[in-house]
Amino acid sequence: MTDVTVPTAAENAASGLRAPAPMRAVLDAAAVQRALTRIAHEILERTQGADDAVLLGIPTRGAHLAARLARQIAEVEGRTLPHGTLDVTMYRDDLRLRPARTLGHTEIPDGGVDGKLVVLVDDVLFSGRTIRAALDALADLGRPRAVQLAVLVDRGHRELPIRADYVGKNLPTAQRETVQVRLAEIDREDAVLLGTKPEREAGR
Amino acid sequence: MTNWTIKGASPLGGPARDLYVREGRIAEAPAPDATVIDAAGLIALPGLVDLHTHLREPGREDAETVLSGSRAAAAGGFTAVHAMANTDPVADTAGVVEQVWRLGREAGYCDVQPVGAVTVGIAGERLAELGAMAESAARVRIFSDDGHCVSDAALMRRALEYVKAFGGVVAQHAQEPRLTEGAQMNEGELSDVLGLRGWPAVAEEAIIARDVLLAAHTGSRLHVCHLSTAGSVEIVRWAKSKGYPVTAEVTPHHLLLTEDLVRGYDPVYKVNPPLRSKDDVEAVRAGLADGAIDVVATDHAPHPVEAKDCEWAVAAMGMLGLETALSVVQQTMVATGLLDWAGVADRMSVRAARIGQLEEHGRPLEVGEPANLTLLDPAAARVIEPASLHSRSRNTPFAGLELPGAVHATLLRGTATVLDGKVVDR
Amino acid sequence: MSAGPRRHLLSTADLSAEDAMLILDTAAEFARLADRPIKKLPTLRGRTVVNLFYEDSTRTRISFETAAKRLSADVINFSAKGSSVSKGESLKDTALTLEAMGADAVVVRHWASGGAHRLAHAGWIRSAVVNAGDGTHEHPTQALLDAYTLRARLGGLEGRRVTVVGDVLHSRVARSNVRLLATLGAEVTLVAPPTLMPFGVEGWPCSSSYALDPVLPKSDAVMMLRVQRERMDQAFFPTEREYSRRYGMHADRMAQLPEHAVVMHPGPMNRGLEISAEVADSARSTVTEQVANGVSVRMAVLYLLLGGSEPAIGTEDEGERR
Ligand SMILES: [Zn+2]
Repeated sequence: MTDVTVPTAAENAASGLRAPAPMRAVLDAAAVQRALTRIAHEILERTQGADDAVLLGIPTRGAHLAARLARQIAEVEGRTLPHGTLDVTMYRDDLRLRPARTLGHTEIPDGGVDGKLVVLVDDVLFSGRTIRAALDALADLGRPRAVQLAVLVDRGHRELPIRADYVGKNLPTAQRETVQVRLAEIDREDAVLLGTKPEREAGR
Repeated sequence: MTNWTIKGASPLGGPARDLYVREGRIAEAPAPDATVIDAAGLIALPGLVDLHTHLREPGREDAETVLSGSRAAAAGGFTAVHAMANTDPVADTAGVVEQVWRLGREAGYCDVQPVGAVTVGIAGERLAELGAMAESAARVRIFSDDGHCVSDAALMRRALEYVKAFGGVVAQHAQEPRLTEGAQMNEGELSDVLGLRGWPAVAEEAIIARDVLLAAHTGSRLHVCHLSTAGSVEIVRWAKSKGYPVTAEVTPHHLLLTEDLVRGYDPVYKVNPPLRSKDDVEAVRAGLADGAIDVVATDHAPHPVEAKDCEWAVAAMGMLGLETALSVVQQTMVATGLLDWAGVADRMSVRAARIGQLEEHGRPLEVGEPANLTLLDPAAARVIEPASLHSRSRNTPFAGLELPGAVHATLLRGTATVLDGKVVDR
Repeated sequence: MSAGPRRHLLSTADLSAEDAMLILDTAAEFARLADRPIKKLPTLRGRTVVNLFYEDSTRTRISFETAAKRLSADVINFSAKGSSVSKGESLKDTALTLEAMGADAVVVRHWASGGAHRLAHAGWIRSAVVNAGDGTHEHPTQALLDAYTLRARLGGLEGRRVTVVGDVLHSRVARSNVRLLATLGAEVTLVAPPTLMPFGVEGWPCSSSYALDPVLPKSDAVMMLRVQRERMDQAFFPTEREYSRRYGMHADRMAQLPEHAVVMHPGPMNRGLEISAEVADSARSTVTEQVANGVSVRMAVLYLLLGGSEPAIGTEDEGERR
């Protein structure tokens, strides 16, 4: 999940993202595609064919990335990995710091997660708190053999002992900067943008 | 006793002149030792008379006493109030009515005229000793089971007949009991929306219709308490057109407030009869203006905090009224052009005194008359604050409302009970 | 205790279509938990939900309790039995006790119309208040679970024709449903004998009929209301037999419904009076689904009121009027 403020229910209804400060592209569409291709190959390599792997994307953009990775692996391997989505909203440790949000969708593929190698997929790895919540959510769904993490961007600033197994792009950032992943499925383009938070939001 | 020179008051809103009070009466000329009240811009009215006051003593002194209630009355410009009989014990014997009457005299803020119960314990079964109350020191003339309706037609007929022997009047709280079982608010669209049991207009009107016919049949005096619906006004108007011996009253709250206030379920708006619709409010105003309704009576009903700080259904019914009545009438009747100040004097003093047979009240502001009068500043405006009321209770539905007019002074037989807008300690 | 603004769910009239859809969508996510080995979420850990029941309703209380516990809230049950509530303690004093205990939400069932409203707005407590049924006024979560059930069975609510049959006059379920279904675009028809039809029904956002049979072929759903037998003694209808014949749902009437139509009942049912056993146990009946959906819908309501720093649904607090 990106560190762009998660929209509240009201904002969702009102439509769209908050007006961002001017942002510059650090990855364009081709670069995003290359990063995903590399991750797909690395997953196959490191899991020796990914026989028991299950890809679970964290809504919203992580879910689309998981679906893309599953397609790419299918192109290479000729078989589609089980993939689904894992909403972590209810497990977040900052629920009370923000307005109640709409829930994302959790869709566990047939076969479940017990004894499987679960690869969590998210767009941006930042504090690590989203992944911590995802691990808790996963524990309530079953007992995977192992859990790995794939992210499109790792921007640093970890607050928990969590690291990614597959990284599309390491992007050193300042705390005050924001990283926004845009995906064609919902944003009409593939890109990774870097910007600066307005002053009043910097402390959130 | 203080003598007064009231400089520049407008009697009944007419041309300004000086009024002189000597030895408790209105005099031709000022007394040499007279204290001057600057009454420029003030309206002089005969002291107001309330036909319908709940003073709660004896029995519920936590809500009101004769003393606190009569101070509230004075503050509201009243010089006489009729104390309703639903006390504990009920004012259904000569002993209780004399006690209340005496407490009023001791308090000295206004004349407290007891109303006697029609039936023993206001239980609606057996006639109380109406004659004994009439002949007591309290000289009871109005009899009422207020709070309860004398719904038994035969009993009502007998009561009407019986009081003829001493020129009494039966004041009926018109509420058909079977049609109002568990009723919580005016029956209509809103009662359905709020899920509160409806209190249909017909429950009031059916009793009034029956009673005016009984009054005609017996030739006896009927007074209709706090009528609240357009239909009730029509029935009384019709009865009067027939020459039936009927009078009627309306409360200040039914002149101003509507059932919409119930939306928040705040029991301060719970009252019997209930707040009605806008059409009803317009009809009672019109009835008061054209004389179909004779008087404004407060139905001042103090309740302790816990009786209102609860769920609507368990809350007590009733509202404070004495200290806001004149302001509400100014807003609803004078400011709207429906009554002039002479009309206000007629509806809040003259006719009330006549119905209550109080000889010293409701008199013209003329030489030789008892000096019962009220000076009102019609240009003043005040926001009603429950904490500043003289009543022992706080259940005013007008809290936070800005109302016009302020009582500047009240004189009871020449003695100031209110001066400079403040109740005079005695 | 949350520091943010507090909101309440007192009446379905307070819900916008967006709010209502948010609740139903959120409930749909929670409903999926039912199939999982661990049905519990940590979301409301450390929050306290009080079930304050002035009226016996084991079904509703258990539903709310289950919902709160699945969200890991601490649950305290205050019921009319075995507590100060039955000993004449006033609503105000009970509220002050709950306030002292730090309740984040109070789920209140009260026999008096406006009981929940009073608790929310009298200035006694700072908790969020959820109306679990107040007198003959409203029962908003019942209407929400009914809407959820209808949406699941009929694929949507917009333009669907819902017939509500029975003691509408005394029914908080009917009141809440009429408002919510109208908000969500359904067409509601009330069917009742004139004695049990609300006095001002013309002003409601629905149509009404004294006869059931003509309405049936045009109904996508029929909601049967519970009829209390004591109404008979108050002359609202002459006999159970006549009521059942004119307004009861039995096999012959069910046959007049379109193929896809469902029969609902908020429970508890009077089998043989407003609904026959044959209908109640038929495939068209949604009675047990309604119960299951109740938990998901109540989870959604609790989550949306308490889950964040500020609530996502409900009415603003009015504060002290004076
Ligand atoms: Zn009365």
